[in-house]
Amino acid sequence: MQHGKYRFIVGFLAVPLGLYVLFVVWPFIQSIYYSFTDWTGLSPEFKMVGLDNYKRMLDDEIFWKSLQHSLLFALVLPLVTISLALFFAFMINVGGKRRRGGPVISGVRGSSFYKIVYFFPQVLSIAIVALLFAFAYNPESGSINSLLRGIGLDSVQPLWLGDPDLALWCVMAVLVWSTVGFFVVLFSAGMASIPADLYEAALLDGAGRATTFFRITLPLLWDTVQSGWVYMGILALGAESFAVVQIMTTGPGGPDYSTTVMVLYVYQKAFRDGQAAYATTIGVALLVVTLAFAAVVMRLGRRERLEY
Amino acid sequence: MKTTDSTPSDTVPPQAGGPVRKADTPAGGEGEKREGRVLNVFSHGILVLWAIMVVMPLLWAVMTSFKDDNAIFSSPWALPDKLHFDNWARAWTDANMSDYFLNTILVVGGSLVGTLVLGSMAAYVLARFDFPGNRFIYYLFIGGMSFPIMLALVPLFYVVDNMGLLNTIHGLILVYIAYSLPFTVFFLTAFFRTLPSSVAEAAFVDGASHSRTFFQIMLPMAKPGLISVGIFNFLGQWNQYMLPTVLNTDPDKRVLTQGLVQLAASQGYKGDWSGLFAGLVMAMLPVLAAYIVFQRQVVAGLTAGALK
Repeated sequence: MQHGKYRFIVGFLAVPLGLYVLFVVWPFIQSIYYSFTDWTGLSPEFKMVGLDNYKRMLDDEIFWKSLQHSLLFALVLPLVTISLALFFAFMINVGGKRRRGGPVISGVRGSSFYKIVYFFPQVLSIAIVALLFAFAYNPESGSINSLLRGIGLDSVQPLWLGDPDLALWCVMAVLVWSTVGFFVVLFSAGMASIPADLYEAALLDGAGRATTFFRITLPLLWDTVQSGWVYMGILALGAESFAVVQIMTTGPGGPDYSTTVMVLYVYQKAFRDGQAAYATTIGVALLVVTLAFAAVVMRLGRRERLEY
Repeated sequence: MKTTDSTPSDTVPPQAGGPVRKADTPAGGEGEKREGRVLNVFSHGILVLWAIMVVMPLLWAVMTSFKDDNAIFSSPWALPDKLHFDNWARAWTDANMSDYFLNTILVVGGSLVGTLVLGSMAAYVLARFDFPGNRFIYYLFIGGMSFPIMLALVPLFYVVDNMGLLNTIHGLILVYIAYSLPFTVFFLTAFFRTLPSSVAEAAFVDGASHSRTFFQIMLPMAKPGLISVGIFNFLGQWNQYMLPTVLNTDPDKRVLTQGLVQLAASQGYKGDWSGLFAGLVMAMLPVLAAYIVFQRQVVAGLTAGALK
């Protein structure tokens, strides 16, 4: 297999690697470099300013708000989404009625229907989902408040996205809505591969459904849950939170910066305020947060791998 | 866990053969039967509730797209007085939805083909050939999956601008390909490793060149993997919002997601909300329809990513 091997390797790797380095790796390196300059992005001239941008960032109140919100996104979103998804997946796979002579553990009737429907939001663009919910949240003519009026709750008419205390939660709810289905399907596939005799043994020993879930299902799914957690956290820190916050909230960034997240702040500083160097500084902070998040989840989640 | 072939089925966990048919376990009896029934009703209730929560906003959008502007604001939940198909016509022509569709099809078509060709070439070389730097290049590629893209986008804007590729369809295609490579290379490298090497060796002994072996033997064998990763990339690129928002500021080159968001932003003074809803539904339906038809493949393609 040696004949012409290196020519072949170079020939096959050159284009993909070149494209990747030019458009992904090189900009990453550049942006770390730019974070030590006073580059505006508008003119090609700049000079080194050392750690000035980082000092400025530590004194920037909006940066701290965006950091706080991003951390909240990375912690709360996976927690809520994955808990809901585990619950639904367990119901779908194990919550079925026991039929005489049937298997000990069974899924609910119509389980494939639920999985198909729950997955709908996952194939839609987050931008479209965000637009849709921006209408639903409209305090005057939105469907949520008019539903509340319809069932006689005329006094309960929140401003939703207009309320600084509520806006962030409204935005997060949209992300939960759109991602739960993905994890339901993911966990269902995992649960379906857990051998039924493990459940039988547990039932024989008198274990209830809750015990079964925490002692059998969850430990055996742990690897999937953990990688799902990292995956969701990275999304929540990056592209997904950018789309929902930028599209749904006024400003964008919400009333009184109540929904600003780091990724949006980078975008605004670079492409709205002409402070490209400062934007890359916040971007570097976002990079640190993302890597730290992934490291912490992998570390805390480490436990003995269960073979079955 | 390998997921490409473990599409979720609606069956219960597989029975491990043998004597599982016991009508009454020791823990069984009247109490458990009642518990089972309550659980069954409860789990169905919860599952139906979430299904309604997922479907309602989508149905509401479809319904709203057939109403006139007045009805949208006065009675969000009422059925349309008559089907206003003119909303759809207006969205398609006046609101430039036809252009947005065309741009999206061009960008996604080009990017998808490019991603699959370049991704499989790189993955094949990285999976099947030993050469110095192999591991380094592999980790360079997959590192791109966990980094916040926004950090690179600030300098990338100027890289693309300097190359004269800003606001061009082919520029956007190249960037889409570059940012799709990490996952594609990661997934396909794992896939190529699982393919038997004997067939390729036989072809090589018979005098086929390396590249001929790749295109005529290995690529056809890798078809299932290419389909999974192709669906993953198709949805990701079709729904992409952040990259075009930053790199594609020319109104004539807008893709669907971007165009809809701009359309929503401009309705403040244009006031054609019914046309906007028609546009939203127009963008939603093809993807949902494709998902329902190719349900198994889509689920397998999308969940493949999170399980590695």
